[in-house]
Amino acid sequence: MSNSWGVVRFIVRRVLLGVITLFIVSIIVFAATQALPSDPATAMLGRDATDASVAALSEKLGLDRPVITQYTDWLGGIVRGDPGESFNARQPILDYIGSRVVNSLFLLVLASVVSIPLSLVLGAVQARRRDSAFDQVSSFSMLGLASIPEFVVGVILVIMFSTRLWNWLPAVTQIGTDRPWQHMDQMILPTATLVLGAVPYISRVTRAALIEVLESDYVEMARLKGAPERTVLWRHAMPNSLGPVFQVIALNIAYFAGGVIVVEYLFNYPGIGGALQASVRVRDIPVIQFLVMVLAAVYVVTNLVADVATILVTPRLRTRVS
Amino acid sequence: MTAAAAVEAEPRRPDGVVRVAMRMWRTRVGAIITVALMLVAFFGRYVAPYGENEGIGVAMKPASELKQPSLFGTGELGRDIWTRFLYGGRPILVTAFLATAFALVFGTLIGLVAAYNRGKLDDLLMRAMDVILAFPQIILALLVISMFGATNTLIILTVGVSTVPRIARVVRGSAVSVVERDFVSAAEALGESRWRIIRSELLPNVSAPLLVEANLRLTFSIGVIAGIAFLGFTADPVAANWGLMINENRGGLLGKQPWGTTLPTIAIALLTIGTGLIGDGLSRAAAGVDRARGDA
Repeated sequence: MSNSWGVVRFIVRRVLLGVITLFIVSIIVFAATQALPSDPATAMLGRDATDASVAALSEKLGLDRPVITQYTDWLGGIVRGDPGESFNARQPILDYIGSRVVNSLFLLVLASVVSIPLSLVLGAVQARRRDSAFDQVSSFSMLGLASIPEFVVGVILVIMFSTRLWNWLPAVTQIGTDRPWQHMDQMILPTATLVLGAVPYISRVTRAALIEVLESDYVEMARLKGAPERTVLWRHAMPNSLGPVFQVIALNIAYFAGGVIVVEYLFNYPGIGGALQASVRVRDIPVIQFLVMVLAAVYVVTNLVADVATILVTPRLRTRVS
Repeated sequence: MTAAAAVEAEPRRPDGVVRVAMRMWRTRVGAIITVALMLVAFFGRYVAPYGENEGIGVAMKPASELKQPSLFGTGELGRDIWTRFLYGGRPILVTAFLATAFALVFGTLIGLVAAYNRGKLDDLLMRAMDVILAFPQIILALLVISMFGATNTLIILTVGVSTVPRIARVVRGSAVSVVERDFVSAAEALGESRWRIIRSELLPNVSAPLLVEANLRLTFSIGVIAGIAFLGFTADPVAANWGLMINENRGGLLGKQPWGTTLPTIAIALLTIGTGLIGDGLSRAAAGVDRARGDA
């Protein structure tokens, strides 16, 4: 019993830490907008605006209130699910962003569903045939792939599959207001770009974690008692390699959170990454603040889930935390 | 097994690591690619046939359809692609180097101070690092650019700051075990100052992993900075820049003029593969992988 209490206490502590991190992130994001050289009302109306119209807009946006009130209202709004209004689109942020969040999530899920099993299998085969030609060639290609920035990988895919070389796939998505799952052919290249960015990392960690476990005594024992190598790998070794793998999967979802920006922009995909690029371009501050908070939250929550999952799949750590 | 253990017990000096790494073909190939592209990036502009912003004909035309001699034809605004290519590497490399250097100095300092002091200061520093890590690198950069505009100093600072925690973690991780060792207690007993212990006892003992990390971070910084340029945010919007070039000339990919995008794409891919190969060689050398294998 004392054991499970230790786990509960760890989880509570970890969640608290995540909440504190997000709180500090929100202060940074808000403070950044306070540091804006010109105030948002002037920025929106342009230099030629009269003082009266700037003052009127400031009041409408609530910029004349004390900074602390502005901050608490802003954060309260986000927590309540009402992040306010876009400067540029002149409509509630959620109306403007809502379907884009769904689109980005779809892309992210699609990329994860492909990349995670692919990486686990690749890492497992590499670990089992360690130092074989397959291991060396695939490890080496993964190393090269890991070094290239994701948007360059995307452009290379476009050059290869959407131009005169092999004109198979659409170079940009044309989803508009449709749902992305109605255009699966257009999803192939954006998904492939994110997958190629993630697989090198997950497979590398899987390979390393498995090699360590495969050399341990209990795996030797399983082999000696005559279990086939396939069973040894997937039933005995894999469960004990999942701890670090969870961490890497979390890292990769976090990586997607950054990667979607360039990848969505490259493929003209109507998600939040493309929206962030566009908002930065026109300095739509409420939208930038909201999107940065969303992406930071994705990162913090994924890492939190990974930490908790690691504790739960690792009996050794389960006893140690108490 | 014993050879590997012996290698691990003895922290490697960076010059030794570099020497071991340079014996591996992957490091050599990486070094050749990297040096070649750096030469193009830094000195290409002196052999460029036209001016950086000189229009030589109609935009997006292949060389065969131009009156002026041109190797790869024109890109956006009718500028010579080969010239823009020769000019476009330096801004990315310079900012990436400076951002990595900034991160190395502060990341190492924070990592070492945290490892040496442990306790409250360690906790505080590492939690602060976690907060920075909550922002994906490119997002932190975009947040700052949206407020102040894209200037070189800001891009260097934001990419640098967002790299600091990554280096600090690695340095702290390697330094924690060094702090426990006898020569540190010996130095303390001799009454050496904390600063001196950090500088002359801890730093040399983490320099091998630091070298590996520095290379990895340079590779990533090149990617992030090129990515920011690709999104259309550069300090000088008319200056040539490989990231920006890829974006500007994308229309030509589907038409008859793919070079404006293809050339810088190949350059960035090769450059990052080159630095990645060097990094892999360094990390193998630092881990003593090849030496252990050689002895076995």
